[in-house]
Amino acid sequence: MNLVIESAGLRKVFGAKVAVDDLTLTVGQGEVFGFLGPNGAGKTTSMKMLLGLVAPTAGAGRVLGAPLGDVQARAKMGFLPEHFRFQDWLTGREFLRFHGRLYGLGGGALTGRIEQLLERVDLLDAADRSLRGYSKGMLQRIGLAQALLNRPALVFLDEPTSGLDPLGRLLVRDIIIELREQGASVFLNSHLLSEVEVTCDRVAFVKRGCVVREMALAEQAGDIAVELKLGNVDAALLGGLAQFGRDVRQMNGLVRLTVSTEAALPDMARWLVAQGVSIYRLAADHKSLEALFLEVMGEDERPG
Amino acid sequence: MMEILTVAHLTLHEIKGRKVALAALILGVAFLLVYGAGFYFVYQDVFVNSPGSALRRAQQSAGLSFLVMAGLYAVNFLMVMMAVLMPVDTLAGDIRSGVIQTLVTKPVRRASIVLGKWLGFWVVLALYLAMMAGGILLIVRVIAGFEVQNAPAGLALMLLEGTLLMTLSILGGTRLSTLANGVMVFGLYGLAFIGGWLEQAGVLLDNATTRNIGVIASLIMPSEALWQLASYVMQPALLRDMPATPFSVASVPSTAMLAWALVYTLGALLLALRQFSKRDL
Repeated sequence: MNLVIESAGLRKVFGAKVAVDDLTLTVGQGEVFGFLGPNGAGKTTSMKMLLGLVAPTAGAGRVLGAPLGDVQARAKMGFLPEHFRFQDWLTGREFLRFHGRLYGLGGGALTGRIEQLLERVDLLDAADRSLRGYSKGMLQRIGLAQALLNRPALVFLDEPTSGLDPLGRLLVRDIIIELREQGASVFLNSHLLSEVEVTCDRVAFVKRGCVVREMALAEQAGDIAVELKLGNVDAALLGGLAQFGRDVRQMNGLVRLTVSTEAALPDMARWLVAQGVSIYRLAADHKSLEALFLEVMGEDERPG
Repeated sequence: MMEILTVAHLTLHEIKGRKVALAALILGVAFLLVYGAGFYFVYQDVFVNSPGSALRRAQQSAGLSFLVMAGLYAVNFLMVMMAVLMPVDTLAGDIRSGVIQTLVTKPVRRASIVLGKWLGFWVVLALYLAMMAGGILLIVRVIAGFEVQNAPAGLALMLLEGTLLMTLSILGGTRLSTLANGVMVFGLYGLAFIGGWLEQAGVLLDNATTRNIGVIASLIMPSEALWQLASYVMQPALLRDMPATPFSVASVPSTAMLAWALVYTLGALLLALRQFSKRDL
C-alpha cells in the first residue's frame, strides 16, 4: 500500500510544555484515518506538524512522499482548521475563488468546481452573501468546500463537525465516504466517536502527546467481549478458558473474556459442557469504540 | 509571482471590504476641500488684493511656499498614519483569528504571502499619497499658479518614508500582537521625530552633542530624516533659511542617510519574510 503519511518520532515542545511527545504513524492511500483523543492530547498540534504549520522539535515525517512543510505537495492537500475563521468581508463565492487561485487554479475549471462544491455543501443560495452573515455551521461547510477545491489526494479535517447540526454532520460523513470512494485519503481529528466509527478505516488513540494504540476498525469488529455466568468456577477452569481468548477475569460472579472470532463461541460452549460446568448465561458483544476509548485512555484520564 | 499577485489582490479586497479605502477617500477629499478653501482666501487676501514692491513680492512668495509646505506637512503626517495603521493588524490579526491557517497551507511560500500583502498595502499607500500630495500641488497651481520645485523627488522621498514605516508595521506583525506592534512602530516614529528636532536645534545652537543625539536617533529610525530631505528639496532657498519652522532644515540629511533608509527598509522586509517563514502558526 502506498503511504500518504509516514511519521517517526515527531515531537513538539512549547517552552516547558510537551504538546506532542512521540507521533509515529502511517496512513495509507485511500484510507480514512481517525485520530482520537481527549481535548489537549496533542491532536491539533500533530496535524499542524504534518501540515507544516508548526515545525517539529524532533523527528521526521513525509506527507504525499515529500518532507514536512514542502510547498509543492500542498497542491494535493486540503485542510479545514478546527477554529475556522475566514476573510469575512468576502462573499462565499469570492472566498472560494481566492482560495482556488492560491491553489493555482483559475478560469472556467475553477468556476465549475466552485459551483459544484457550493451545491455539494448546500450553500448555493448563500453564495453571494458576505461570510460575515454566515452561521457557524455555514462557515464550517464553506471551509470544507475550500479544502476540496483542488480535488486533494489527502484531506486534513480538524474536528470538522464541531459547529454542525445533525444534518450538517451527515453531510460531512457523506463527503468523507465520497472522498474514500474517489481514492483520496482523509486524516480526521475527532472526539465524536460514533462518527469515527462509521467513517474511519483505521484509528489511532492519542493520550498526552503519544499514540498509545493504533488499529484497523475492521480488526476491532472481530474483537468480541464475552460474558459468562457459570456454576462452580475455579482457577483451573479460568486457565482452560484462556485457550479461547484473552483477558480472562472473574468478577461479581461473572467470567469475562475477549475472543477474536465468533467461531470461538460454540467451541467454548462445547468445552465447558464437556468439563461438566453448568452454563447459565453466555453473552457476546462487539465492543463499541466508546468502550474501547475509555479502556485505552484508562481511568486516570480526566475530561479535557 | 502569480501567488504574490493573488495575495496582493486579496489584500486590496480587504482594504476595500473593511472600508479603509472609503474612509481614507472621504476624509482625504474633505481635507483637500478645507485646504483648498483656506488657500484660496489667504491667496486672495494677501497676494491678489495687496500688490507691492519687489521685496514684498519675494516675501509673498515665501509666504505662499510656507502655506504649501504646511499642507504637505499635514499630508506627510496623514500618510504616516496610513502607513502604520493599514497593515498593523494584517499578520498579527490573521494569526490570532486563524484566518492565516487556510492561507499558509496552500501551495504558496510564506514569503509570497508577506510580499503580496506588502505589495497590496504599498499600492494603496502610493495612491493615497498621490491623491493627497497631488491634490495640494494641483490646488496651489490652479489657484495661485504656484509650482512646487522638485515635486517628483520630494514625493518619492515621502513615499519612501511611508514605505519604511509600512514595512516596519508588517515586520512587527510577524511577532507582536496588533497593539504591541502599533505601540512599537509609533514609538520608533516618535523617536525619529524628536531626534530630527534635536538635530536641527543642535545645528542652530551649534551644540555638537545635541546634534549627534539627533543623528543617532535618525540612524535608529530614519523616517523623519526622509521628511526633512523631502521638505528641503521642495522648498525655495528663501524659506529654507527661515529658522525653526516645522519644515526648516538647518541640517540637511546626507545621501548616506538616504542610502541607510533604503537599506533599512529592505532589511526590515527581508527580516519580515524570514520571521514569518520560520514561526509556528
